[in-house]
Amino acid sequence: MAEPLLQTRGITKSFGALTASDAISLDLRPGEIHALIGPNGAGKSTLIKQIAGNMKPDSGTVHFLGQDVTALDTVARARLGLGRTFQISALAMDFTVLQNAVLGALGARGGVMRFFRPVMKDRALLERAHEALECVGLQDHAAMRTAELSHGQRRQLEVAVALTLKPKAFLMDEPMAGLGAGGSKRLTGFLDGLRAEAPILLVEHDMDAVFALADRISVLVYGQVIATGTADEIRANPDVRRAYLGEEDAA
Amino acid sequence: MTRESYINAGLTFLLVLVPFWAWSTGQAYILTLCTKVAILALAGVGLNIALGLGGLVSFGHAAFFGIGGYAMGILASHAQTFDPIMDWPILIEGTKSMPVIWLVAVVASSLAALLIGALSLRTSGVYFIMITLAFGQMLYYFTIGWPAYGGEDGLSIYVRNSFPGLNTLVPVQFLILSYVVLGLALLFSARLARAPFGLALTAARQNADRVETVGIAPYRLRLVAFVISGSITGLAGALFADLNRFISPTMFSWHTSGEIMIFVILGGVGRLYGPVAGAALFILLEHLLGGVSEYWKIFLGALLLAVVLFARGGLIGTLAGREVAHG
Repeated sequence: MAEPLLQTRGITKSFGALTASDAISLDLRPGEIHALIGPNGAGKSTLIKQIAGNMKPDSGTVHFLGQDVTALDTVARARLGLGRTFQISALAMDFTVLQNAVLGALGARGGVMRFFRPVMKDRALLERAHEALECVGLQDHAAMRTAELSHGQRRQLEVAVALTLKPKAFLMDEPMAGLGAGGSKRLTGFLDGLRAEAPILLVEHDMDAVFALADRISVLVYGQVIATGTADEIRANPDVRRAYLGEEDAA
Repeated sequence: MTRESYINAGLTFLLVLVPFWAWSTGQAYILTLCTKVAILALAGVGLNIALGLGGLVSFGHAAFFGIGGYAMGILASHAQTFDPIMDWPILIEGTKSMPVIWLVAVVASSLAALLIGALSLRTSGVYFIMITLAFGQMLYYFTIGWPAYGGEDGLSIYVRNSFPGLNTLVPVQFLILSYVVLGLALLFSARLARAPFGLALTAARQNADRVETVGIAPYRLRLVAFVISGSITGLAGALFADLNRFISPTMFSWHTSGEIMIFVILGGVGRLYGPVAGAALFILLEHLLGGVSEYWKIFLGALLLAVVLFARGGLIGTLAGREVAHG
């Protein structure tokens, strides 16, 4: 079996009496989409923050590309090649679409402490930015102000910015959130192809998307991973049905 | 060319035309006013890098303005009394040379900005405003209690410092010198805004998460911006001291910080020519309304209120319309 790219080993995080992450061990293997699902308050966001580097676990480690990155911050993890997208679009809204993509390319290349040459005339950066925009189908909107993009287009742009980093792994926090059925379907198709570029750890509420995309699914309930397996295994798992799917059916 | 660059060109033209007219009709007072506009605008250009590009609401830029002023005052006062600043372990004498004074002012204010920035940039929002204010006030009270350089009364320098090849005592020559320094600062600031650094800094203002996620640390960007910003305001302080041939703790007071911020806000936050328009408007109002009433700042206050409520982009923003993303 291929060596996992991204791995958490026994991550634990408590807030007072609440254990938000309880000895979570997960891994992300090359070429796969690994979906993380769980009811609200299960600790998905807390886990994502610890993987991305916004939050330090109380115990346990995070490994990325075979390296212990537990002590590294978000910036350092991004530089190693962890491409992240946010639940609520984190983009420079006053920038054009192209400027946001160039920012990503700039971060990937380095050399941000340059004070004289116009960045929007830098051939190498522009090329990389256009390439990424084309990849997500935003090339015709390059000159548009980001704030004027639709919700779905912003999600695409987030992915494009992540792509400019040529990441080794994607960490996506609810990319389908707020998308209509059509948009959700389109993004599902796109992510399906993206796993060839780099594996995706996908936190998602949209069950149709999860079951359509994921090679493996992990179910998080009250800070614990109660099951990991293929879509069929998860569907058939009685614990999952009781803890999660059942609750949702009843709701 | 965008509409904004036409407006900038028009403003430049006006700022050259007025002193030319004053010079040809022999009105030295107007020349001094124009010099004052240029120097205060320079202070604003400095603040605009932190405030406009970086979104860092520094309420303590008087610290750098004052440090620049005191750099000039200390060096020139020792030169005029022929009393060395220190003679051990190395001999350091005062100087009346502007380039040397400017260099000292820029170095001292950037070091101060590095220190103040390193501490205050760990906070944000209202705390950042308060910490920068506190640093400014600390220096203000320090200079009040520092008898060596005049304490509360300040210190006069009898003869304006010299610049190689110029007679700075001639108002028009000092005016040209100030204009050139302002022009260079504007040029630098324009390039900075379009450079990789400017892109990342303005992105960090809009969304710090985004910048972190592409592997750039916002703290470093902001610290560098704060240092550049402080050093330009420090240079303005040295020039301002030379214009008045006088330094006093007032240069450090929060009123000064507030005034520099007013130039930027009146003219247009983040606009290249914002501080120039703001400083020009400020001096114009002071000149016109100051003659009518001692309480002219009431009108200034009303104008500021109107700008903040109805014309967020300031003078430049209102005339030029929404900022077009620079390609």
